[in-house]
Amino acid sequence: MELFTNQVLAGIATGAIYACMALAVVMIYQAIDHLNFAQGEMAMFSTFTSWQLMQWGIPYWAAFVITLALSFVAGIAIERILFKPLAKAPVLTNVAGFIALFAIINSSAGLIWDFTIKQYPTPFGSSPFLGSQLISTHQAGMIGVTVLLLLGLYFFFQYTRIGLAMRAAASVPESARLVGINTSWMIALGWGMATAIGAIAGMLIAPVVFLEPNMMGGVLIYGFAAAVLGGLTSPFGAVVGGFLVGIFENLAGTYIPGVGNELKLPIALALIISVLVVKPAGLFGRHIVKRV
Amino acid sequence: MTTLLNVKDLRAYYGQVQALHGLSFSLNEGSLTTLLGANGAGKTTTLRAICNMVRSTGAIEFEGKPLNNRSTESIVRFGIAHVPQGRGTFTTMTVEENLQLGAITRKDSAGIVSDIERMYAHFPVLKQRHTQQAGTLSGGEQQMLAVARALMLRPRLMLLDEPSFGLAPLVVRDLFGILGKINREDKVSILVVEQNAQLALELADKAYVIETGRIVMSGNAKDIANNEEIRKSYLGY
Repeated sequence: MELFTNQVLAGIATGAIYACMALAVVMIYQAIDHLNFAQGEMAMFSTFTSWQLMQWGIPYWAAFVITLALSFVAGIAIERILFKPLAKAPVLTNVAGFIALFAIINSSAGLIWDFTIKQYPTPFGSSPFLGSQLISTHQAGMIGVTVLLLLGLYFFFQYTRIGLAMRAAASVPESARLVGINTSWMIALGWGMATAIGAIAGMLIAPVVFLEPNMMGGVLIYGFAAAVLGGLTSPFGAVVGGFLVGIFENLAGTYIPGVGNELKLPIALALIISVLVVKPAGLFGRHIVKRV
Repeated sequence: MTTLLNVKDLRAYYGQVQALHGLSFSLNEGSLTTLLGANGAGKTTTLRAICNMVRSTGAIEFEGKPLNNRSTESIVRFGIAHVPQGRGTFTTMTVEENLQLGAITRKDSAGIVSDIERMYAHFPVLKQRHTQQAGTLSGGEQQMLAVARALMLRPRLMLLDEPSFGLAPLVVRDLFGILGKINREDKVSILVVEQNAQLALELADKAYVIETGRIVMSGNAKDIANNEEIRKSYLGY
């Protein structure tokens, strides 16, 4: 039983990271109808930036906040420079854009910081949480920061005017323009926020997976699995999907004989395919009730 | 009477296809003007061109200021509210959120709150349903919501694209009654595009008839309604 509880809690902790990545993917998908394959690399680059800031002697939380601000601006810049001109281009052109972005960021990180694995600090420490062997303080911190982030985002989208405008721009762009919303800037804002959310995910997971240019590859695939499971049209679903995938991954690795660590990733991919076959809109995909 | 909207030699294009061929008309402050015409005559295109939602040339002036080459969202800020064909409802949001979106460019939060109450007084059914997802409203209710959303801007000019479309005759009467009231009491100038010519002419003070992208007739709504020849050849009733 203790093993089970332990695996579920650990699953929730990594699931929190998948939830963040899924949420970042869904935010951009809602805004421009494309999957951002480079989301993980952007998060990795943000994480390296925070590491560099700490190398220069800036304390953890200051580096954390500065990185969020830089990531936000960088996300907006990427949208303005690369994807705004591609807005009316065919799907494949956009896919090529994302792959280019992936390669550029990955190689630049390798060029600047090289490909050797680096240790990344945790501000929470890694002792047992509240004296319990079930979960470490860092895992508890991952869950805590994610929950705060999700609450903040919920408040932002539900109760602020700019959040309302962003939702309107994503759901019916033409009507949004007709009430005076600058939809183009709402998309850029979405990119900025998604990039900052990805940065949080990267900085939280880096102490676990270690810092290197390919650190987010696996994480992003789990994030995609989470987004597909929850439904690409539903931010709430993406978050739930993230936690479910995290728990599922850990339990499958522990209890299904022969899965172990090596087969965990294929399980995420199998999950994506099964969901697409059985329930293409995902668990919380949009069911629009319409009367005509 | 001062001219609020002045359109001169408007030509509009969808790709290579020209939809408007040099259309000119004007709308006086406080007036309720209607554009009539058959399917494909260019009524919707005219409204879309005013809000720069379609490529066009010619002069469009609002209170003497040119609107050409401005983005759709900045034209809204002049006080021009456009209720598009199909109503443009934010279907996944609540009725109240739809109304708040109508006022998204305004800064006076107290005024917005009192305007939402005013809309609920105009359209009591919206108050009953204010927490409901807007997509679940009936067609008539959604049209009420679209008009209310447009009014939340406190517009100088409201552009309405076929408000009667798909609605039951009684609902249409109701809606047109409210439009007349808004025009008289709130001093909102209205430009309404309609296929239901009979009803539109009852409501409007001035009318233009469009055929294949050109104005072919203009005058007082009453005169046009009483002219049997025009009615038979252009309006089909």
